[in-house]
Amino acid sequence: MDIRKTKEFIGFGVLKSAAVIVLLALFAILYFVAARGIKVINWEFLTQMPRSGMTAGGILPAILGTFYLTICAICFALPLGVAAAIYLTEYAKQGRLVRIIRIGINNLAGVPSVVFGLFGLAVFVKFCGFGISILSGGLTLGILILPTIIRASEEALMVVPRSFREASLALGATKWQTISKVVLPNAVSGMLTGSILGIGRAAGETAPILFTAVTFYSARLPRSVFSEVQALPYHIYALMTEGTHPEAQIPIAYGAALVLVSLVLGIDLIAIIIRNRFRRRKKW
Amino acid sequence: MKRARKENLIKRLFCLFSLFSIVFLLGIVIVLFKEGLPIFKVTSFGKFFFGKFWYPTYEPPDFGILPLLLGSLWVTAGALIIAVPLGVASAVYISEVAHPKIKGLIKPAIELLAGVPSVVYGFFGMVVVAPLVQKFFGLPVGLNALTASILLGVMAIPTITSISEDAISSVPKSFKEASYALGANRWETTVKVTVPSAAGGISTAIILGMGRAIGETMTVLMVAGGAAVIPRSFFQPVRTMTATIAAEMGETVVGSEHFHALFAIALVLFVLTLSLNIGADVLTQKFRKRLR
Repeated sequence: MDIRKTKEFIGFGVLKSAAVIVLLALFAILYFVAARGIKVINWEFLTQMPRSGMTAGGILPAILGTFYLTICAICFALPLGVAAAIYLTEYAKQGRLVRIIRIGINNLAGVPSVVFGLFGLAVFVKFCGFGISILSGGLTLGILILPTIIRASEEALMVVPRSFREASLALGATKWQTISKVVLPNAVSGMLTGSILGIGRAAGETAPILFTAVTFYSARLPRSVFSEVQALPYHIYALMTEGTHPEAQIPIAYGAALVLVSLVLGIDLIAIIIRNRFRRRKKW
Repeated sequence: MKRARKENLIKRLFCLFSLFSIVFLLGIVIVLFKEGLPIFKVTSFGKFFFGKFWYPTYEPPDFGILPLLLGSLWVTAGALIIAVPLGVASAVYISEVAHPKIKGLIKPAIELLAGVPSVVYGFFGMVVVAPLVQKFFGLPVGLNALTASILLGVMAIPTITSISEDAISSVPKSFKEASYALGANRWETTVKVTVPSAAGGISTAIILGMGRAIGETMTVLMVAGGAAVIPRSFFQPVRTMTATIAAEMGETVVGSEHFHALFAIALVLFVLTLSLNIGADVLTQKFRKRLR
């Protein structure tokens, strides 16, 4: 074997091992959470209230809280995001306005999540007077996932071929008729993927809801959008850092982490599968 | 012309909706300035940025963010040392070496890695990584800058890998073919032609990965140890700007000096990540122009 071939062999080997290390990191996380979490999870754990100051019982309020927050976030962000994507891909001409909007979207995506939390605290909790509530937290999460939804919806709209639009316009349809009857129905599965990814992101975030929505312990389930809630991510954090019985709290945290990871990664996996299938099949 | 008017109205409505991202971004800027600037009534600019002590609840309080700023930069640097080689090498492997079937497996796996919630990284760090680090290096505590860097590094890898991979696979085929035609093998082509041509995109990826690490909150809050001192080694506990905000905001009185100081930290953090994003944007534009 000559020296150039040896170099190639070693080089590719190094690249491959880097990829293997990255995969191992993912599997290590999933394995530890799953192996220890599964021992804790049973029907009672998922459907009962916590007992004895968070050292026993289930995590039902945290699961429900995450569910409510996510629904609230998506209800807010999906219409806004889809509308913005429609404007950017269907109506807007390249120019200063579009450039500014794009800068806004890109930079909003890069804002640290804890800063969203402060924004939510100042605007929704204090200024709007919603208090620490599902509504405040949901709106904050909604702003956080807006860029994700806009980008995914734009991608979905852009893959609809130009000829579809031209055919519709040639038949005398107006722009809006073309968009609502031709473009949107063909882009809907792509948009669905985007919103699913947004849901996954919203369900897993902790910092934005830290001062806008959550409480460590509530004796009752939330009654309205103005109630404060427990949430899975915050529950894990609180179990690990607060309280005085780590030996009882850590197993519960394992269980909650497994529920959260399965929820978020399950959601992501569904989105990835839908998207890949959609990309492959639609060749028009 | 009723139809035309209706069409126009719809267009304007959509335009209005698309402006919301800008409105929110501006809203964040306004809130941060409005709530952050009042801190400079009680402390000077110099004392805030270069003060070595962060004792917000003492009497009189000290609002020096230097240890927090350096703490953030310290763990971010550590994270990049881990994430850049692994992330870029994985990207090169995925786009240049891997069989399409393996590629179809690795890419979703990396997306999943990006999807793991940060609180789960923090949890994993506390129960698995920290004890390992403590035992391996014989340290008194496992919750320190090194543990935080390792976890932040893993969290930054998906950003770096996916953007680098896009850049590498968008290198024109003709570049590689020219290299092969000159007698170079695949490795030589990858190292001397493909990767250098994608350098702009890879730098963008690294900058965005850095932004991700600097802005990360829950993981560092849980594993970095939380000591607000100027970092001197990777084996000591540190505290970042994000962790400080997250840990202390819940206990402050709205409108107090401490409250304003935390918003001022958020403003610094925001300006930092904004400059990183704009830097990445400018690089991408340049890179695109050059490839054309």
